[in-house]
Amino acid sequence: MQALTNKAQAVNRKPMTFWERLYLINIIKGMMITFSHMFKKQPTIRYPEEKREFSPVFRGLHVLNRDEEGRERCTACGLCAVACPAEAITMEAAERVEGEENLYREEKYAAKYEINMLRCIFCGLCEDACPKDAIYLSETFAPANFTRKGFIYGKPDLLIPNPKTEAGAFAEAKGVEA
Amino acid sequence: MSEQILFKVTVDGITIEVPAGTTILQAARQIGGEVAPPAMCYYSKLKGSGGKCRTCLVEVSKGSEKDPRPMPKLVASCRTTVMDGMEVKNITSEKVIDARAGVVEFLLLNHPLDCPICDQAGECHLQDLSFEHGKAKTRFEFQKRTFKKHDLGENIQLHMTRCILCYRCVFTADQLTNKRVHGILDRGDHAEIATHIEKSLDNEFIGNVIDVCPVGALTDKTFRFKNRVWFLKPMDAHRDCPTCNGRVTLWNRGDEVYRVTARKDEWGEIEDTPDGKPGWICNTCRFDKKDAKDWVIEGPRAISRASVISQGHYAGNVGTTIPTETFKAVNGGRTPHLLMDIHDESEVNQQNIHLGQIQGPSHGDTFNKIENAS
Repeated sequence: MQALTNKAQAVNRKPMTFWERLYLINIIKGMMITFSHMFKKQPTIRYPEEKREFSPVFRGLHVLNRDEEGRERCTACGLCAVACPAEAITMEAAERVEGEENLYREEKYAAKYEINMLRCIFCGLCEDACPKDAIYLSETFAPANFTRKGFIYGKPDLLIPNPKTEAGAFAEAKGVEA
Repeated sequence: MSEQILFKVTVDGITIEVPAGTTILQAARQIGGEVAPPAMCYYSKLKGSGGKCRTCLVEVSKGSEKDPRPMPKLVASCRTTVMDGMEVKNITSEKVIDARAGVVEFLLLNHPLDCPICDQAGECHLQDLSFEHGKAKTRFEFQKRTFKKHDLGENIQLHMTRCILCYRCVFTADQLTNKRVHGILDRGDHAEIATHIEKSLDNEFIGNVIDVCPVGALTDKTFRFKNRVWFLKPMDAHRDCPTCNGRVTLWNRGDEVYRVTARKDEWGEIEDTPDGKPGWICNTCRFDKKDAKDWVIEGPRAISRASVISQGHYAGNVGTTIPTETFKAVNGGRTPHLLMDIHDESEVNQQNIHLGQIQGPSHGDTFNKIENAS
């Protein structure tokens, strides 16, 4: 058969010599490569104790933001859900009634807001789409879980702590400034 | 009847023959597509509408065959009738594009831009207009005019802040119902749509003001905040209605009817019924028949591909018919082992809650009640 390129090499079918049949040289060669790695810098880290620095554009777990007065910013406009390529976001809206002005920023709010983390691909399009600065992708991973049920994140999981009433938790959730 | 006189008119280089007395806008609409100027206040089904918003301004570069001088200023195409041999420039004219951007800026001066909240978002003519013809920035730096929102009757919500004073709803009430009780009060910047001394509107056809409103000033209270229009499935449906023609578009989520509107054509106006009359629908159809059993469903409504409403809608019968499950048949009667049924875990779109059936918008306690009950 005509070779397509001239890169093809014929297989060497010469019988092996005695030293080659012993494999000793080849084993020593291989072990030298193995042991030489003991003296090189380790590329891995011990994850839970040690943490790698995140890139400033890292896209992790979502947070639903609040404004300075601790009111929820989300108005359930549905733009994150329509932007979501994985169709991970669903929500149901409700109207703010009198007396809830300190809870919700606008007259409409998300009564239910859910992100299916099994579907989410952390692309950050929801963050881009949001006209109210309400959803952000934070610098944390979505934690592992043993059941699929644990990956349906509702509002209690996503909402950032209230800066007015839980200032400590809010600062912790906000993390260090990048 | 004697022979109809046909006038030759050229819009953006496309020539069409129309009967005498046709407006430039109507002639351009007969050509269709981008040639047709946008219209916010003009509504072909309402007599006397038009001439207020100035979005349909066009340049007449040649008056007629007999008098070929161009018209000195841009004219409102909804109110100007064609002449024989008239040449009109719409999107091919720099002047028109500039003037339209100015008009959009004026219309948006006092508009609150609360599209994330507004139920009209996604089917709003002002959104389309500002997207297509507007500029990204406004030069307005003062306090916007505000009004308190109030109810026109029990099913119609009026957000006066969003109103662009197109008068369409006033014409609708005037021409469709026996007695108009709402109109425009005050003048200039204070002008507002209002009922005199908060008088409620109770008329069988008053719900049509919601459909004619080009912005979100008049919205359906039974649909208020229930869902965004682009997550709903528009379906053509009809029912045998004693007061109106009963031909509507249902906006469904699953099998639940969230909203009922009249059918709208490509210009956002109410479609004609087969007998040639505008297909206005009555309040009973619009507000009270929120059960799929009340309707005979004809099929999915064709939505322009440019519209956000068409997202997630696929060709053919996808979404309207439940596909047959083949798993059991090919696996010897064995059902698939589901690791999770989303409805067990998700609190959104619960199977036992029918948001479409709630009369007004849902509130926090709507959901709390359901949670306590379940």
